[in-house]
Amino acid sequence: MKDTGILAAIPEGPRERLMALGHEMSFPAGTRIFEEGGRADRFWIIHTGGVNLDIHVPGRRAAVVETLGAGRLLGWSWLCPPHQWHLGAEATSPVRAWEFNAAEVLELCERDHELDHALLAYVIEVIGRRLRAARTRLLDLYGPYGSGSPG
Amino acid sequence: MASATAPPAAGDTACVLDRDGMGALVRELRARGRTVIGPTVRDDAIVLAKLESAEELPYGWGVEHEAGYYRVRRRPDGAAFAHSAGPQSWKSFLHPERVRQWAADRGPDGEMTVRPERDEPPSFAFLGVRPCDLRAIQIQDRVMIGGPHRDATYGARRGGAFLIVVECTEPGATCFCVSMDTGPAARPGYDLALTEVVDEAGHRFLARAGTDEGAEILAALPRRPADDLTRTRAREDVEAAAGRMGRTMPEVDLRALLAGTLDAERWNDVAARCLTCGNCTMACPTCFCTTTEDVTDLTGDHAERWRRWESCYDLDFTHLPGGSVRGSGRSRYRQWLTHKLGTWWDQFDSSGCVGCGRCIVWCPVGIDITEEAHALHQESLDGQAGTEDGRP
Amino acid sequence: MTAVPLPYRVTANRPESADTRTIELQPVAEALPVFAPGQFAMVYAFGVGDIPVSVAGIDGSALTHTIRGVGATSRALCAVRAGTQVGVRGPFGTGWDLPSAAGRDLIIVAGGIGLAPLRPLVREALSAPGTYGRLNVLVGARTPADLLYRSELDGWGHPYCGVTVDRAGPEWTGNVGVVTALLDQAAFDPHDTTAFACGPEVMIRAAARELLHRGVPAQHIRISLERNMHCATGHCGHCQLGPLLLCRDGPVVAYDRAKPLLTVREL
Repeated sequence: MKDTGILAAIPEGPRERLMALGHEMSFPAGTRIFEEGGRADRFWIIHTGGVNLDIHVPGRRAAVVETLGAGRLLGWSWLCPPHQWHLGAEATSPVRAWEFNAAEVLELCERDHELDHALLAYVIEVIGRRLRAARTRLLDLYGPYGSGSPG
Repeated sequence: MASATAPPAAGDTACVLDRDGMGALVRELRARGRTVIGPTVRDDAIVLAKLESAEELPYGWGVEHEAGYYRVRRRPDGAAFAHSAGPQSWKSFLHPERVRQWAADRGPDGEMTVRPERDEPPSFAFLGVRPCDLRAIQIQDRVMIGGPHRDATYGARRGGAFLIVVECTEPGATCFCVSMDTGPAARPGYDLALTEVVDEAGHRFLARAGTDEGAEILAALPRRPADDLTRTRAREDVEAAAGRMGRTMPEVDLRALLAGTLDAERWNDVAARCLTCGNCTMACPTCFCTTTEDVTDLTGDHAERWRRWESCYDLDFTHLPGGSVRGSGRSRYRQWLTHKLGTWWDQFDSSGCVGCGRCIVWCPVGIDITEEAHALHQESLDGQAGTEDGRP
Repeated sequence: MTAVPLPYRVTANRPESADTRTIELQPVAEALPVFAPGQFAMVYAFGVGDIPVSVAGIDGSALTHTIRGVGATSRALCAVRAGTQVGVRGPFGTGWDLPSAAGRDLIIVAGGIGLAPLRPLVREALSAPGTYGRLNVLVGARTPADLLYRSELDGWGHPYCGVTVDRAGPEWTGNVGVVTALLDQAAFDPHDTTAFACGPEVMIRAAARELLHRGVPAQHIRISLERNMHCATGHCGHCQLGPLLLCRDGPVVAYDRAKPLLTVREL
């Protein structure tokens, strides 16, 4: 995992207690890891490979809105109600990842306040980063007039 | 300077010209093929224009200046150079408002022929260059011909120009050359320097040469050796002028002041007054910005490239495909002032301001560069300058 | 020649995307001095005007320019036919100065038309194997149809060349997202890396922020900036960015110099 991912974000002690709950998974390319609207009871930290997040659009293949690569958190809808995936996820290449059961992690966090705090801070940072990226793309910077209007 | 040779010691050539000597000076310059440009009264202003004779000089005229105010007035002493900056500066002759740079023709098979403009400017003699304006010429020299790319139009006009500085003995209410360290005494760079003296001993000019050509011309004029009285009076008058500046700049490092006040509240204040008309940039003797115009004839096969003065106050000045970078009046005034007093140092290793006061006089709403600098300084002292991101 | 354009013959004009074309130029007679990657030319469309265009390819005296038609002059240049002539002045400005990064890992971050000035840099790096560390090329585009130099991209990155788009249709199987997200896949030692970025200024700032966050020092991040430009010779005043005259002190500027300028609004 890259140093900008969870390794850097969560101090060593709580990180080790978290990782003890995880187990390694692999998904062949093309696997639908989860579907929009499904129950969000797990999350993954991608070790290798890429995952596309998509939205179902009637009449066409799902529209990809973002690609996640190595070191990235896959899934945060487990953290807050309604605990449903708001996007779908598909492996674009063979993926190896750590999988975590959300209920187990939340239960550990009840007892382990240091982990609770660090994990929440990490997830908020991830969400903030994705929000910034989405807003940047909203600007359509590569458009003909670079987010301005023709002068 | 017309000559690149080392200037002889000033003492060698110091002499006194009377009013007839001044007439002879203009005649001598014209006889040498020079186009003499100097101050003359026209349209209720002292303008710079081609002089046929020294009698066209503004003998007996002075000016009254204030922010947004300019009037010529008679003066009883008959002095020719007892006035300070007028609406124009020498850049009108060295860096003309509009010039053709090249012409291009397109042949039947699309081949292009480009002909550079063959500018054969007159051989200028500038009579009555004030010390601040001499510095302004030297500043434009750095911009136009001092960098890696030499501007041919400016270079051709400047290369042969003969400069006659007249020291300042009558500063105006908007003058601050002492703050900018450009006057009122003549600094090196002239061919001839004159100091006008009017007293009980008569109306005369203390003259000295800065170059061999200057000395040669002086030698051809009716003159008398410089006497102690004239030397003393000339020195005292110039020293007294230094104490009569109408304006001052804050005595701080202006470059640092401007670099540190980009987010000052004061910019909003001045923006509320500034019309972004660009008068200050047109009147400023160092402002050099230009734009280009491409024109074709009716066949479409003959094209010309013209260059004309442009102002950083024009909205289109910073146009990019997405819009103008400096959309607000605040940012455009800030650009002008920070460039003039601050970033000019980074770009050309000098200040862009010489303290002539033209921008104050010709501002239709009387914005005063010195007042703005003092206000910025005060704001920085008060620690009221906003943070980078704190302003709407 | 920097004051008057020299005639260059258009030898090719091919589409890159709906609004962007690549033209190839050969001097008709006299040639300009050789351009360095990152430098730009003023390219003149007869009777219309001239605009700054970075060199997208340098082959002896032949020049390649990739131009997006967004204004009168750029549209005229996009429309030039092979065999006709344009005028060219240059070379102008600072280059990428790749040789000073010898021995270091390279990260090249391009957004949209910003890939054009980086293309000769990539080629320069590829032409000198062993001179530099790992070469990472990160390319962002609006949509797959807006990608420049599609046929060339495959051979560009050793070990990594990533492409991502802001919006993709169903035919796209590559990455979707901002170009900085590709940094996760790049292989580099941040303390021994030189980065080169060109694209919209917002993208450049985001890329530089991310590179700094990952430990690449600001003085080793070189960015290429754009401002209005008329003369390219330092005489017209239009391209000022605070203390910089971008035609002379840029367009390539180290980020430690540029950063404080890019955070001031309307500078």
